[in-house]
Amino acid sequence: MHGRPRKPEKPENAAASAAKAEKLRLLQSQFLSNHHNRIYTKEALEANAKLLEINPEYYTAWNYRKLAVQHYVAEAGSDPQAIKSVYDEELRVVEAALRQNFKSYGAWHHRKWVLSMGHSSLDQELRLLDKLQQLDSRNFHAWNYRRFLAELLNRSVEDELMHTEDMIGINFSNYSAWHNRSMLLCKQLKENDTGLTSKDVLSNEYELVQNAIFTDPDDQSGWFYHLWLIDQTMKAKPPILTSSWPSNGSELIISRKQCQGKCPLYEYRGLNIDLKEFPVVLYFNQAVSGVRSSTVTVKSFNVTWKPLSPSNSLASEIWVAYLNLAGEECHFEGPITVEFCIGQSQGILSSSGSPYGKPLRVAFTVTKEPIRVQDVEGHNPEMVSWEDPNFCADEVDSGVLNSDVSFIKERKENKESTISEWQKDTISKEIAGFRDLLSIKDYKIGKLTLARLLMADDALSFPYGNRSVHSAEVLELLKDLTKSDPTHSRYYEEHISLVLLQQLTSSEEMLRRHLFYFKGANTSSFHKPLCLRLNNLSLSRLGLFNKLLGVQMLDLSNNELQSIEGLEAMQLLSCLNLSKNKLGSFTALEPLRHLKSLKVLNISDNEIGSHSIDTRRYLFSSPLSHNEAVVWDPDVVPSDAASPTNYWEAFMLFKSLKLTQLDTIGNAVDDGRFRSFLVKIMPSLLFLDGQKLV
Amino acid sequence: MEMEMGNSGLAVEKHVQYILSVEKRKDDFVSVVMEHLRLNGAYWGLTTLDLLGKIHAVDVDEVVSWIMACQHESGGFGGNIGHDPHILYTLSAVQVLALFDKIHILDIDKVTNYITKLQNEDGSFSGDMWGEVDTRFSYIAICCLSLLHRLDSINVEKAVDYIVSCKNMDGGFGCTPGGESHAGQIFCCVGALAITGSLDKVDKDLLGWWLCERQVKSGGLNGRPEKLPDVCYSWWVLSSLIMIDRVHWIDKEKLIKFILDCQDTENGGISDRPDDAVDVFHTYFGVAGLSLLEYPGVKPIDPAYALPTDVVNRIFFNG
Ligand SMILES: [Zn+2]
Repeated sequence: MHGRPRKPEKPENAAASAAKAEKLRLLQSQFLSNHHNRIYTKEALEANAKLLEINPEYYTAWNYRKLAVQHYVAEAGSDPQAIKSVYDEELRVVEAALRQNFKSYGAWHHRKWVLSMGHSSLDQELRLLDKLQQLDSRNFHAWNYRRFLAELLNRSVEDELMHTEDMIGINFSNYSAWHNRSMLLCKQLKENDTGLTSKDVLSNEYELVQNAIFTDPDDQSGWFYHLWLIDQTMKAKPPILTSSWPSNGSELIISRKQCQGKCPLYEYRGLNIDLKEFPVVLYFNQAVSGVRSSTVTVKSFNVTWKPLSPSNSLASEIWVAYLNLAGEECHFEGPITVEFCIGQSQGILSSSGSPYGKPLRVAFTVTKEPIRVQDVEGHNPEMVSWEDPNFCADEVDSGVLNSDVSFIKERKENKESTISEWQKDTISKEIAGFRDLLSIKDYKIGKLTLARLLMADDALSFPYGNRSVHSAEVLELLKDLTKSDPTHSRYYEEHISLVLLQQLTSSEEMLRRHLFYFKGANTSSFHKPLCLRLNNLSLSRLGLFNKLLGVQMLDLSNNELQSIEGLEAMQLLSCLNLSKNKLGSFTALEPLRHLKSLKVLNISDNEIGSHSIDTRRYLFSSPLSHNEAVVWDPDVVPSDAASPTNYWEAFMLFKSLKLTQLDTIGNAVDDGRFRSFLVKIMPSLLFLDGQKLV
Repeated sequence: MEMEMGNSGLAVEKHVQYILSVEKRKDDFVSVVMEHLRLNGAYWGLTTLDLLGKIHAVDVDEVVSWIMACQHESGGFGGNIGHDPHILYTLSAVQVLALFDKIHILDIDKVTNYITKLQNEDGSFSGDMWGEVDTRFSYIAICCLSLLHRLDSINVEKAVDYIVSCKNMDGGFGCTPGGESHAGQIFCCVGALAITGSLDKVDKDLLGWWLCERQVKSGGLNGRPEKLPDVCYSWWVLSSLIMIDRVHWIDKEKLIKFILDCQDTENGGISDRPDDAVDVFHTYFGVAGLSLLEYPGVKPIDPAYALPTDVVNRIFFNG
């Protein structure tokens, strides 16, 4: 019930209302009795029509009419006039019901049902619809019915586009018309029988929607359409590989060391990597499908490429394969060369269907260092401490930057091939238009759109790099928006984080400011571990890991993160500090389930357990979303726990990790019972909350 | 939080009294008009009572036997005794039985069979034998079968593909391919994708922006651009934002205030907008919205199954 005033009824109205209720009650009970007894007399049908005119949502009454129609049509035999009059009566009843309630699902469906029997003049329907749409131009039932009729009538896309243009002409504040336009254009582009290139179509659309937005910038009708146009413009580019780990030409040295357990683990520059599962990571500029052993071939290895995104997804920006470098084929005396080729055979496609562009060959070498005696003997794991004095800012040379962090310099040679001039021109023209708008007044949508356009321009100019010539201006616009539109401030702040990360990875010089050698543990090791410290930056969102695929030690403490989506790209990550963030639940740590090398994790001082509503509940693989079953081990669930329902998230997360060190203090879940549960499910754990386990 | 706990806080007792009184009232015009969807009404009312911690105020046996009297030979449920079966009411029946931990009294094969038969060749679902197709029915089928642990009885892949074919340029979803995005429809599609582990098919940033722009100056949420705010969208927009982890993009305090402003603090109940007439539907959506906003004293609700979280966890983790 919508829009009825709350005020109490006047006594005289109350009496009338009671009479009305009594009348309807009688109609309804009489109807049900007719329905149950299959009585389809004229009188019964008339009473039913009366009922539906008062209460069109009474769905069983529509079902009854369909049964009655079938009854009468069978009776009419082959008399077309009799059949026609049966259906005409139905159309009349529907029209009366729609006059009472234009939004009645049952009435609209009944009309479609009648039409599907082939009994109505479609042109007459269209005229009726035009009349109804004039009364309520946003009614989505009417728009659905229009699409239904257009299909039946075989109306051309052009005719329907003209109709939306007319509707927009009458009142541009008609989101429904803009929506229908986007649908028609998609259809047109797909069929592509008009001879128009997407460039021509798009420039015409930009002009139309700019008119709408500039007429009243605070009206949302054109906002989403404009963003969709930018997206269509950008989508026209083919997918490319922006980076990989290992990167082309890198020479990796892996030192071997005896670990606590019996299995030999290998260290790559001082940190752990299991040679039986040596990761190769591919990072594309957009989600692609079709990455498999035939499209990305790895010389002399049998590989299975997997998308680094939820298990049943077929498209992803990031793909990974694990090589077995400890296997038979790797005698591992000298360096081995691994070489892979992308795109030599067709099959890698973007979501819009563009095939992968230029074939690419990537090669790297892996050398195993001899076992050094002091490493084997003196190996006594130490606790990793994230205190500031443990990090030193020695100069990091470029070679280390390339292999350890996977910071790849821009490949200039491929640049031109991926940019179309018309895309650049289109975006530039829009930028100029929105600058004009902002010179009149500080409209919110003007600022947001300009920021988006500037980012799009950067993405077109530097397809391989994170370089940006507009980032300072974009940051300025976004910061203004957090102030002028505080309701959505967190939306803008997340964009700010992404721009900051882009700046930070835009050059070697910028990145070096955040790289430190770690000397806090295992200092006997030949190589000092390198740590990327992105702490204290007010980050609320992560992204742009393409330049950081090789990072093994990462400090993200003291930020505003409530999600770490994207971190799964850092396949070599071994030590991670997430303390003092806003993580609200264990489910927020889902990306860690993809990190096979993770050993040290600090999640202290977050908000885990303090929220009654978990916003990551359905972004975490679990029985709730049917992508992973819980296999409870009765021994690990605390016997005094009321039920396993209290522990399922932690159980599902930690049982898949092989941590040696975990810090959880400063969260609402933190208690003795929980700690003993953690120790049980993670036998690999050596240190918990600063305590050595015995 | 102090502000909402004061005078303008949630009038829990009044709302409980209001819901209990609606259950009994059958003769005024609104009750007669709504007679055909009484099973939906039961779900709205009883879930509200549970969220407010007052579910024991009703006679379980009486409710359960009435619900079972709405079931047909086909396995489907009608909206009331004597009304035709439809998937809309079948879900409400299963949800109410779940609230009372009584799913086991159902003939699960029979209900499963009713729903499974409604799946069409293209993966979509009809609401009943008369063939109306809508993504609302896809959600209902998926939610219902999942609660019965029978999701494997339908073609999930095709069902998901059909929902994805209803995705629009704004990241939202419509009732059939080509249909305009609408917050209620988005809840259904996102909910169905959540339950089937397919949220990767949602463009979370794009849809999140569209959804967070539903918040208008008064703090309330509308269901489509340039429309009026309405308490029922507190549920549809919020639950969708939560499932895709973008709920922090709106101002929660302002929304809490809007919902509380729609209460009838004298006679109980919540309305669509301040000073309109209350009904059970908006009372449920208001309270469920407050639950999603972590309002103190309201039990948490699951954003996909639209049942209290403890009920859902009992079904999926205690089996
Ligand atoms: Zn409403």
